[in-house]
Amino acid sequence: MKNKATFLSTLTGVLMLFAIWEILSLIVDRPILPSPVAVVPLFLHGMWGELGLHFLASSARVLAAVILATIFAAPLGLLLGQMPKIDRVVGPLIAIIYPIPKIIFLPVIYVLMGISDFSKITLIAIIIFFQILVVVRDEASGLRKELIQSVKSLGAGRRALFRYVYLPASLPAVLTALRISVGTAVAVLFIAEQSLTSYGLGYYIVIETYQVLLYEEMYAGIMGMGLLGVLLYFGIYSIERKVSKHLFIQ
Amino acid sequence: MISLEDLSFSHGDGGDIFKNFNLTIEPGESWTVIGPSGCGKTTLLFLVAGLKKPLGGIVRVGGEKIQRPRPSTGLVLQDHGLLPWATIYENTRLGLKIRHYYGADGKHSPVDVEFDREKEEDRVHHWLSWLGIDHLKDMYPSQLSRGQRQRAAIARTLVLEPDLLLMDEPFSALDAPIREELQKVMNSFHKQSRLTSLTVTHDIEEAVVLGEKILVLSESCNSQAQVIDNHLFAAMDERNSPEFRKKCAQLHEILSGQRQISRGALQKGGRG
Repeated sequence: MKNKATFLSTLTGVLMLFAIWEILSLIVDRPILPSPVAVVPLFLHGMWGELGLHFLASSARVLAAVILATIFAAPLGLLLGQMPKIDRVVGPLIAIIYPIPKIIFLPVIYVLMGISDFSKITLIAIIIFFQILVVVRDEASGLRKELIQSVKSLGAGRRALFRYVYLPASLPAVLTALRISVGTAVAVLFIAEQSLTSYGLGYYIVIETYQVLLYEEMYAGIMGMGLLGVLLYFGIYSIERKVSKHLFIQ
Repeated sequence: MISLEDLSFSHGDGGDIFKNFNLTIEPGESWTVIGPSGCGKTTLLFLVAGLKKPLGGIVRVGGEKIQRPRPSTGLVLQDHGLLPWATIYENTRLGLKIRHYYGADGKHSPVDVEFDREKEEDRVHHWLSWLGIDHLKDMYPSQLSRGQRQRAAIARTLVLEPDLLLMDEPFSALDAPIREELQKVMNSFHKQSRLTSLTVTHDIEEAVVLGEKILVLSESCNSQAQVIDNHLFAAMDERNSPEFRKKCAQLHEILSGQRQISRGALQKGGRG
């Protein structure tokens, strides 16, 4: 998504979503699809109380995973991109692991690391890790030799190359990778939070509301998780627009 | 300014490009290097630039032995090498930024470099407007034409006030009218500055226009420098004069003659 998302277009999108939701709830006319008129006040009220805490717990987990993944994946991606010899060795392995849905390792990670916050964060971090790794690697290997040589001829040694070429070249790649993978991250979070935790939107939606048939509250939770995804996406998008101005030339 | 002493170089696959090659370039001279592709023209330039190391012999620039890129040598490549995420202005300042980053360490920037923001700013604007791209300074490289990008690459190099300018096929990716225009620009630059320069080209006309001395390299191993004196240098307006044509024809003859010789050598099983 490279075209500019304005405040107005975002608002239009939200209003359209609510309109379709309302129409569907009228057509279906069953408790499993309550009207937004009932859910939205519940959501707004809940965000200042219990639901807000679940929201914060989920946000903290995703953000921790994002940071963890970036710390490991970005330097490694740079390294592989600039050292084709190593990339040729590990490239096939990455190519095989990359498309595997990492959520299937959930039981393994739970057994190895225990069912803790850290194991949930690790699972999400692994997913984001491969996204960043691949995008940054491809970006770094796309830096033409001529570019490096001419910057070298301006006097740059290894440190200046890192500061003025590799870092600014990989930052947009990291952001793009994050923006693309943040949806999957929230989806995995939803599943990971269903077991053995007492805070988190996944827990709230499945254990606290769905299983006790509190459908309107459940939808408040769904809205919370939706909002989390949207906020992360547009948050990263707005940073991208500041950092990678050259990609958004009109 | 430049002296190559008993220079030897070969590619990994064993074919020698230079063997005991000697050449001296005096300060203020404008040289062009021409020869068939694969003859080592770019290699020669990169050896002088310090981006490649000779197998044997010594490359000296300004008296000092070259082992790594020398801070006061300017290099312009065929591919402009501008940072795609930086504006033209930021790109033009890149070399200055790198110098600030390291300080006057003599390795990455000249020992006697002075850091004066105001003078630097003046220089940036001077070269941007001298090359006619001042109005584009807030644009990104992708928004510029090839010729404009190449102008920006030249500005970025000249802002550092080099005492030697190396160019590798700087205009070969450009359309003919823009190429001629930039050749004119570089001619008048050389007349004004008397900056020592070495330009690699595969274009015979360009070699005659840009070089007061033309070094002709051959496809096979180079051990003797073949240099042609060229008083038609900078004769942009005489491109169609008989004398200019004659010079080009002479150069053409030398180049095609060489090819026959090296082919003959190959047939006899000699070194390629």
